Amino acid sequence: MCSVCGCGEATIALDKDKADAQAHDHGHPHDHDHPHDHDHEHDHDHDHHHQHQHEDGVVDYGKGIAGAHVPGLSQERIVRIERDILSKNDAYARDNRRALAASNVFALNFVSSPGSGKTTLLVKTIEALKERMAVTVIEGDQQTSNDAERIRATGAPAIQINTGKGCHLDAHMVGHALETLAPPPGSALFIENVGNLVCPAAFDLGEAHKVVVLSVTEGEDKPLKYPDMFAAADLLLLNKADLLPHLDFDVGACLANALRVNPRLQTLIVSAKTGEGLAAFVAWIEASAARRAADMARG
Amino acid sequence: MHEMSLTESIVEIALEEARKQGARKVTRVFLDVGALSHVEPEALEFCFSAVAAGTAAEGAKLEIDRIAGAGWCLDCERTVALAERFGACPQCGCYRVQMTAGDELKIREMEID
Repeated sequence: MCSVCGCGEATIALDKDKADAQAHDHGHPHDHDHPHDHDHEHDHDHDHHHQHQHEDGVVDYGKGIAGAHVPGLSQERIVRIERDILSKNDAYARDNRRALAASNVFALNFVSSPGSGKTTLLVKTIEALKERMAVTVIEGDQQTSNDAERIRATGAPAIQINTGKGCHLDAHMVGHALETLAPPPGSALFIENVGNLVCPAAFDLGEAHKVVVLSVTEGEDKPLKYPDMFAAADLLLLNKADLLPHLDFDVGACLANALRVNPRLQTLIVSAKTGEGLAAFVAWIEASAARRAADMARG
Repeated sequence: MHEMSLTESIVEIALEEARKQGARKVTRVFLDVGALSHVEPEALEFCFSAVAAGTAAEGAKLEIDRIAGAGWCLDCERTVALAERFGACPQCGCYRVQMTAGDELKIREMEID
């Protein structure tokens, strides 16, 4: 089942090479877990009307809420679960991370509010990087495959995930996209999340790093207003730096706010339009990918 | 509104556990939700009845325990209350506080029939 919020009808447009999008419906229930239907029905014939802790984590209130063994009476029990609500997503994310590590693919999850210039930044980054490293892209949007088409124009294979009403990508969707995209060994994978500074923070996709893109037209207090996203990220790209002369934006205050939320955050000031800072970002990608590969090799 | 997909996970996990236990119905689900987590309890409750409809968890009551925020202040070297994520230490006012509680997002237990 597709765990997109609100819709349950996410579609993944699978068109790796050409722009002739064939929609592929994901309406089918799709569990990666093995169905675990071992019903252990052990009857307790001995009489005990007191509450007791069952060995497999079931607190059994005398086999019924009133402690009575009367047929037809409600037999309510409390079952201890202790599971993280995000555990399903996290299990898919672990699978993705394992698959990516096995083929030495360096994955970045790009998050930002809509209109921060993510797609343009990706296009420029791919152009600067593609001679040295193969790049594939997963694009997440509620609707349209416009972004994937812009990416494909650079020659990089791209897959568009339309989340429908969903406000974020989840690890399950990305897992399916990976099966089709099949990023080549040693390549970089860019995942462009749905433009939203709130929801994508909570969902691990299996990436190596989250990269948060903030544009200078958005206000320097964004990191304080949406702290989860800046706390979850490893790198902040402050984009549209070419506009700084026309704005009252205080770069120092913005970076100070971001570092207050996440003292380990790395920061780069870039402009996708003029190319300022892109060489530094490309160098960061190559260095981080090499370091990650070395970490993986060490185990 | 990522509460909707979180709610779908809650219902999915509850139904999976109910199947394992051979239960007919899920009547109550107990959650731990940290006060500093990125979740609105009201939104969870709102989504839950919609997502649970037509399943064995239909009509189940969602009981949400709010876990208060706390953190370890590196400067005071003690656990302090945290009113906001990445907020300042109420004792010394600095921001070198590592969150230790309040980030929970967990199904603790449930009542089945």
